[in-house]
Amino acid sequence: MTAAASLPAGRRARWRRIAGDRWAVTGAAVVVGLLVIAAAAPLLSAVEGQDPYTYHLDALDDSGVPRGFGGGISARHWFGVEPLTGRDLFAIVVHGARTSILVGVAATALSVLLGVLVGMTAGFFGGWYDRITGRAIDVLFGFPTLILMIALGAIAPAALPKPALVVGVIGLFGWPGIARVVRGQTLALRGRTFVVASVSLGAGPLHVLVRQILPNLGATIIVYATMLIPGMIGAEAALSFLGVGVPPPTPAWGRSIGDAIAWVQTDPMFLVFPGAALFLTTLAFNLLGDGLRDALDPRTAGVAR
Amino acid sequence: MTGDDDLLTVTDLRISFDVDGRAVEAVRGVTFGLRRGRVLALVGESGSGKSATALAALGLLPATATVAGSIRLGDQELVGADRRLLRTVRGGRIGTVFQEPMSALNPMFTVGDQIAEAVAAHRPAGRDALRRRVRDLLELVGLPDPERIARAYPHELSGGQLQRAVIAMAVSCDPEVLIADEPTTALDVTVQAGILDLLRELRAKLGTAILLITHDMGVVADLADDVVVLRDGRVVEQAPAEQLFARPGEDYTRLLLSSVPGRTSSPRAVPAAGPPLVRLDHVTIDYRGRQGRRVRAVDGVSLDLRAGEIVGLVGESGSGKSTLGRAIAGLVPVTGGALEVAGTDVAAARGHARRLRAVRARLGIVFQDPASSLNPRRSIAGCVAEPLLLHSHLRGAALDSRVDDLLDAVQLSPSLHERYPHELSGGQRQRVAIARAIALDPALLIADEPTSALDVSVQARILELLAGLQRDLGFACLFVSHDLAVIEQLADRIAVLHEGRLVEEGPADAVLGSPREAYTRRLLAAAPVADPAEQRRRREARAALTAIP
Repeated sequence: MTAAASLPAGRRARWRRIAGDRWAVTGAAVVVGLLVIAAAAPLLSAVEGQDPYTYHLDALDDSGVPRGFGGGISARHWFGVEPLTGRDLFAIVVHGARTSILVGVAATALSVLLGVLVGMTAGFFGGWYDRITGRAIDVLFGFPTLILMIALGAIAPAALPKPALVVGVIGLFGWPGIARVVRGQTLALRGRTFVVASVSLGAGPLHVLVRQILPNLGATIIVYATMLIPGMIGAEAALSFLGVGVPPPTPAWGRSIGDAIAWVQTDPMFLVFPGAALFLTTLAFNLLGDGLRDALDPRTAGVAR
Repeated sequence: MTGDDDLLTVTDLRISFDVDGRAVEAVRGVTFGLRRGRVLALVGESGSGKSATALAALGLLPATATVAGSIRLGDQELVGADRRLLRTVRGGRIGTVFQEPMSALNPMFTVGDQIAEAVAAHRPAGRDALRRRVRDLLELVGLPDPERIARAYPHELSGGQLQRAVIAMAVSCDPEVLIADEPTTALDVTVQAGILDLLRELRAKLGTAILLITHDMGVVADLADDVVVLRDGRVVEQAPAEQLFARPGEDYTRLLLSSVPGRTSSPRAVPAAGPPLVRLDHVTIDYRGRQGRRVRAVDGVSLDLRAGEIVGLVGESGSGKSTLGRAIAGLVPVTGGALEVAGTDVAAARGHARRLRAVRARLGIVFQDPASSLNPRRSIAGCVAEPLLLHSHLRGAALDSRVDDLLDAVQLSPSLHERYPHELSGGQRQRVAIARAIALDPALLIADEPTSALDVSVQARILELLAGLQRDLGFACLFVSHDLAVIEQLADRIAVLHEGRLVEEGPADAVLGSPREAYTRRLLAAAPVADPAEQRRRREARAALTAIP
């Protein structure tokens, strides 16, 4: 009993736990691969000799359907071309990774920032402030978020850059979950002796929040951020699917998927490539997030697998 | 020491745990035998493998453990036994009492139902028969009004009552062996004395052999017939209790015995009477309980602390001693009365950040559990630097050198300065906490049970360190503890708290030598001493004390 209780909780042990989780490692590898693809998107499409904007009407037949096998897959167009326009699908998918990851990560950053700020202060100060933020979180949870996002996207002035608007809208509705978790953790940490000790030394609230509590929330924040990203990417895709996301001609997986629905009978590969990219991305981030949680969360750390 | 009449025989037991791919040995070849109707104590400090040994007998070790060697109950081998056999043994032939009675019972069921379930698991019977059996058992363990207790849920009973109920459950199937794993560690001394009496009585009545696991030499002296001393998973010494206490054969046993706190030094020169540093005048502290009910934690306590003296604040759990310590630091609001530290009214300073800061700059606190009082994400040096960053202008190299001096003062080697709290032992962590508390050269040090979470040999060294620092730095010290022996070793004056009230207060010798109040006498009599003969005499004296109400 006594020997088992003194498990080393060191950094090295944590790394070993992540490395031993095959799914988490796979997820991490795919995520890294995606980041590389997104960063090198122009380079990759240059290797193919295409870009995502140029029309190739010669690759289409008279009704606008791509000529040839699998939506026009060929040495020139690796994933085939888009129906009606003949734009290169490979270039669209790799450039779409940029949009998805950029919007997903930026919206997550915004949500995490808001959530941590609100959750930490609510948990630490308590009282009426905590009650008000608690109600606000309840309201946001019960809100038909998607409908509001669509409405906002439709009425927003055209001068506002659309990607920024999408990031703002998704990010502003994404923080309640993490705020609740952080509030709970802060509440628990506030009662821990080292926080009481710091207060008894004469530390003010800002010092306690930043120096004592925040470092101990690190693991929670990392895990939650990783688990939030796929949801954010999905939300961006949903908005683009509905036509209120990132505007054309900027490539976006969601919009391609939305367009592909109409062509699924005649050109199924137009749906498969962006769909698979979106699926792989969200799955990889989820696997990585799960693995990180298992490795970092002390409550699941002791569970033998 | 194994013989033919042994009931439980452990031979060359080896247990190792798989910790992240490495095998960590917890028990390395332990051999002993438990005889019918005897109490065998497994004694050792944390990490000695005493609990692992007991859990192995029940087959309750986690899946990461590897067990080798032999544990025989009568003629049955328990190591590697199949589950069906182990189920008949657990609860049937071996009963178990755990440390925390509150977590040993399911909060969703009544105590009676849970005991009935334990009985029915081995001896199915009708409802009426079960109910009668439960009532008999609760009566056997000395619980008054067994009908009411059987209907009660765990949260409605006190710790002592719960532990009696757990013992009733453990003996419900007339086990041959009772394993008691630190059965009184979570209890107050007066409650502990009752539980130890109960165990002694049960052994006499039922003839049960008891395997007692404990770190407390006083408990051993009170109950055990034979003692096995464990250290790092090995048997250091085994002998009958009388012989072990009178003539310990090994150095480690002698160290354990000499670490048991008690009056060692001659009384110190009492510091000159001056104006009190801390003045409590009819201090009352209320907590707001559930549904707006107010709970009075401290009730009209008046107490003075002069500069440079050590005052011991003794009391059982719920006596308000920790609350009082925290109120002095301004961590808990005072409901009524006056509380002054160095001339500043702490009660009035709450809400005035600057005045409270000024008070806090003059005092240091050492908390009970060093594992949680240090921020796990900061290095040792960072923890000690915190008060200096908050209250002084020391920065850079000057700050580093002051931190080094402080860590030197608590005798921590320089190689540890950049380590993190989880890499240190409990005693080392408490030294860090002490270094942090004395960083600002405080006028007052509040020590809130600073050694309760530590092993006895470590406790002895921490107490020595505190006494030495107090001599050198001359701060006043409010030493809060439930342990009279610890207080006895350090304090100039002693204040006894009971249910929020100050029962008795005076010079240490007077309070301990000739206590005026009945409660103090009960407290003194209940604390076990590490000497079987002396303990027997005290037990008889206590029986006489409780016989006359």
